[in-house]
Amino acid sequence: MTIAVTKVRVEDKLYQNRYLVDSGRPHIIVRPHEKPSANLLALTYVCPAKCYELNDRGQVEITADGCMECGTCRILCEKGGDIEWNYPRGGFGVLFKFG
Amino acid sequence: MIEQFDAIVVGAGMSGNAAAYTLASQGLKVLQLERGEYPGSKNVQGAIMYANMLEKIIPDFRDDAPLERHLVEQRLWVMDNTSHTGIHYRSDDFNEAKPNRYTIIRAQFDKWFSRKVREAGATVLCETTATELVRDGNGKVIGVRTDRAGGVVFANVVVLAEGVSGLLGTRAGLREMPKPETVALAVKEMHFLPEEVIGQRFGVKGDEGCVIEAVGTISRSMAGLGFLYTNKESISLGIGCLVSDFAATLESPSALLDAMKNHPSIRPLIAGSEVKEYAAHLIPEGGYRAIPQLFGDGWVIVGDAAQLNNAIHREGSNLAMTSGRVAAEAIIKVKSRNGPMTKGNLALYKTMLDESFVIKDLKKYKDMPALLHTNSSNFFTSYPRLMSYAAQSFMRVDGTPKIEKERATTAAFINARSRWGLVSDAVRLALAWR
Repeated sequence: MTIAVTKVRVEDKLYQNRYLVDSGRPHIIVRPHEKPSANLLALTYVCPAKCYELNDRGQVEITADGCMECGTCRILCEKGGDIEWNYPRGGFGVLFKFG
Repeated sequence: MIEQFDAIVVGAGMSGNAAAYTLASQGLKVLQLERGEYPGSKNVQGAIMYANMLEKIIPDFRDDAPLERHLVEQRLWVMDNTSHTGIHYRSDDFNEAKPNRYTIIRAQFDKWFSRKVREAGATVLCETTATELVRDGNGKVIGVRTDRAGGVVFANVVVLAEGVSGLLGTRAGLREMPKPETVALAVKEMHFLPEEVIGQRFGVKGDEGCVIEAVGTISRSMAGLGFLYTNKESISLGIGCLVSDFAATLESPSALLDAMKNHPSIRPLIAGSEVKEYAAHLIPEGGYRAIPQLFGDGWVIVGDAAQLNNAIHREGSNLAMTSGRVAAEAIIKVKSRNGPMTKGNLALYKTMLDESFVIKDLKKYKDMPALLHTNSSNFFTSYPRLMSYAAQSFMRVDGTPKIEKERATTAAFINARSRWGLVSDAVRLALAWR
């Protein structure tokens, strides 16, 4: 049988969520790099909020506004030094209505 | 701020609330820090709540806690791409005066729990991110630095209830950062439907509830679990797989969830629903062997931060609540003897936890994580496909003699895993389960 796959963009999913963005103070920073490590590159696929993207120079960039603070990127990339990871300041970031 | 507290609890999830409530209700001066705007705003769970462990903290919780449905039916599904093979257990015995398991919505439940904590006398400070543990010259933890101006607070003991991805314990070197193979990433959506539609689709009435847990090709050979829980007017639907498997396969979590939603066994159950939230969270999966040092000079670790999660029975919040309560009881005992909160004295927490179901259960399954993680393609893809093949062959009537069907089924299993592989999987599973 055929399955009608309705593809929902992650951005549209995040649109349902409530956030208080700490403008100009991202809680995660990607350290400057020439070529991303395997784990850093993996984040462009496995980040559930698709915060990580490749730019046209082949480097990984982050836009943390839609971050759900799951910590997956921290587990994969903090130790190796690819990223600097903190929680947002108190009160900022994702605010789950249901959780 | 130079106020001195008996205890600071970092985090207002299940373990933190259990600890803060127990400490405050015994008259200790407690400060609880929560980085969210309100308690629950950063917390994510399926969620099933087990009454017994909450009763030990708040016996009359049913009077006013926001509970969704009590469970009368549980379905365990093994899925391939077009089918599911299920074990369903439903019993009217679960319709009892004090039901055993409830579905809950964490943001609402945690607000209620936090109100109880405040009523017990604790000071709860929200919108406050704890950034660092403060230690004295001997390394004893004496307080917590926060992101508030001048925000250092001091206490005799700090209860780290900071969750699986907590910063303080790992930064202070009290515990290691969880490894990619000891945590799962779960994504979840909240699907809203009218109460009566949920009742009809799951054959439940009133506050009765049904939950489904599923393994199989939905996790695309990763070690993972899908779930569908009925709330009053919504369905929590999600799937979680090991972070190490996500990194190796480069599967997209949201695409995985969408594919699960489109599975022919799931799709009719959520048809016409309105999605109101998309959440992601890490789940500790390392089991007994991943539990860190639980206590030290001036500190204890509880809940997810201590990897206290039973992945086999997918129990977590009850282990969290119990560890929070037990840690608090140990602290109260030490204080009642006028003892300092030293590593030697706080060892009482571990002694008491070892005696509880928390450590006993995790110890029982200590070899399961490694077994499932290293054989994920067999357990999560090959066997589910074979099971579907066997069931369909058994049920489909097409004129093939039964003996030939049985031979073909046996051959399919042997082809997929070899005789030795089948025996070895069975033996390893039995040993790990023992």
